[in-house]
Amino acid sequence: MTQSIRSIIPVLARAGFHYLDNAAMAQTPGLVVEAVASHDRTARANIRRGVHEMARRADAAYDAARQSVAAFLSAQADEVVFTGGCTLALNLAAAALAEGLGPGDRVVVSAAEHHSNLLPWLMLAKRKGFAVAVLPVGPDGRLDLADLSMIDGRCKVVAVTHASNVTGAVSDIPRLAEAAHGAGAVLVVDGAQMVPHGPVDPRALGADLYAFAGHKAYGPTGVGVLWGRKEILADLPPVTWGGGMVAALDDDGIEFLEAPHRFEAGTPPVAQAVGLAAALDWMGRLDWAEIRAEEMELTARLLAGLAEIPGVRVVGPTDLAARVPVVSFTVAGCHPHDLSHVLAERGVAVRGGAHCARRLMTALGLDEGCVRASLAPYNDRSDIDALLAGLAEAIQVLG
Amino acid sequence: MSELYQQAIKDLAAKGSERLAVPDASSTLDNPLCGDKVTLDVTTADGRIVALGHVTKGCLLCKAAATVAAEQAPGLPVAQAAALADQVRAMLKGGDAPALAGLEPFLAVRPHKSRHDCVLLPFKALAKALASF
Repeated sequence: MTQSIRSIIPVLARAGFHYLDNAAMAQTPGLVVEAVASHDRTARANIRRGVHEMARRADAAYDAARQSVAAFLSAQADEVVFTGGCTLALNLAAAALAEGLGPGDRVVVSAAEHHSNLLPWLMLAKRKGFAVAVLPVGPDGRLDLADLSMIDGRCKVVAVTHASNVTGAVSDIPRLAEAAHGAGAVLVVDGAQMVPHGPVDPRALGADLYAFAGHKAYGPTGVGVLWGRKEILADLPPVTWGGGMVAALDDDGIEFLEAPHRFEAGTPPVAQAVGLAAALDWMGRLDWAEIRAEEMELTARLLAGLAEIPGVRVVGPTDLAARVPVVSFTVAGCHPHDLSHVLAERGVAVRGGAHCARRLMTALGLDEGCVRASLAPYNDRSDIDALLAGLAEAIQVLG
Repeated sequence: MSELYQQAIKDLAAKGSERLAVPDASSTLDNPLCGDKVTLDVTTADGRIVALGHVTKGCLLCKAAATVAAEQAPGLPVAQAAALADQVRAMLKGGDAPALAGLEPFLAVRPHKSRHDCVLLPFKALAKALASF
């Protein structure tokens, strides 16, 4: 499976190139690149209400893209909102939900959140007067769900990551959904790191709103998705305003279109949506049971290799249970930036730093951040072995 | 052999430093992307830097640059020391190196834009500390 996938990712043909920075941005298949280019060659026009041929093609392509996303999520098309990315999807969710929040209300996030699912809530809390409480993590970075008492009658929103962008730990979304819904709260899930590892059914998980990014799911940059239960989206107000989202406008007031259009003011990322649809359609044709088995085999190989290097501390779970193939680590006496740099000189692309998760860094005692290796279905043993060999060399260079 | 991590850089980074007991000015700066953090103290007399102490948590480049600042800033006029950040930035972008000993190993950082801030952080912290003069 790995080799057949690898063969359609143009950049991976480069000899000696080991791309393990997929959690930041995945590489994209040639068919996605071609889908975007083909759209711009043959159907480039603004959507909605155009009557000429190109506009009709653009409308059809955009509608089909929404349908593809819906199919990937086992959802309905009118539950899919296109955004400019996952950050914007999460900001949309937060801003829309916060319209109904105020003093006395509480939003619960976790200590494992990417800043995209933390800062919107912290900033909106200042403006609207609600409180933000933080679910802790255990020593391995997994959410500590032993005490969910903060998800009570005051709690109106629970906003958590599906899979950590640092530790790879997968959150127990069904359990959080049970707690959130038991308290009458809405569950927002950041799926940025989960979607790249196979189709997701957010409704079955118990999510109410679910966000992910195109560029991490083998699609283009500049596009993301906010999925929402129809009944949730119907109650949320738009938070950006402009063309294409108004049903009526006169001196008596403004009437917005139904979801998802009310949340897509202005020209949406049409070509990017088409590219994302191509990526998700492609993902939908893959055997994810086989891919997951391969991903976990490589994760085990990486964890075992790291365990043999003196001074290495794996940040996050060291087992394969409920995780995605994202592995972070530190090396005693070596700064993550320096390690990443030396690895890059050896053709191994990883990422060092705080990974936009300062709160998690603090919780795990990582003042200087960590190095993250993140896998995708096109990675193979050679990538893991190159990382481990490069790491041993890097430690020598930096020592 | 790494192009960046020459022995000179490693030797500079390995030199320790401490905060000054009674500074005339202090500053703290961090790089939110990677967690580098410099806390820096200076004493001055007659318009010149007398001593510079610092505690730097960060990568080798940041620590090495902090050592250069600590070793070379004493004796400089305050205005000249405060201008080092802009001069080092210009050097990293391909311009001339400022007249400050110890910067030559950092010329290798020029092609690595994402690492410029690592080198600049101590000099920016110095400029910040001197801003009140």
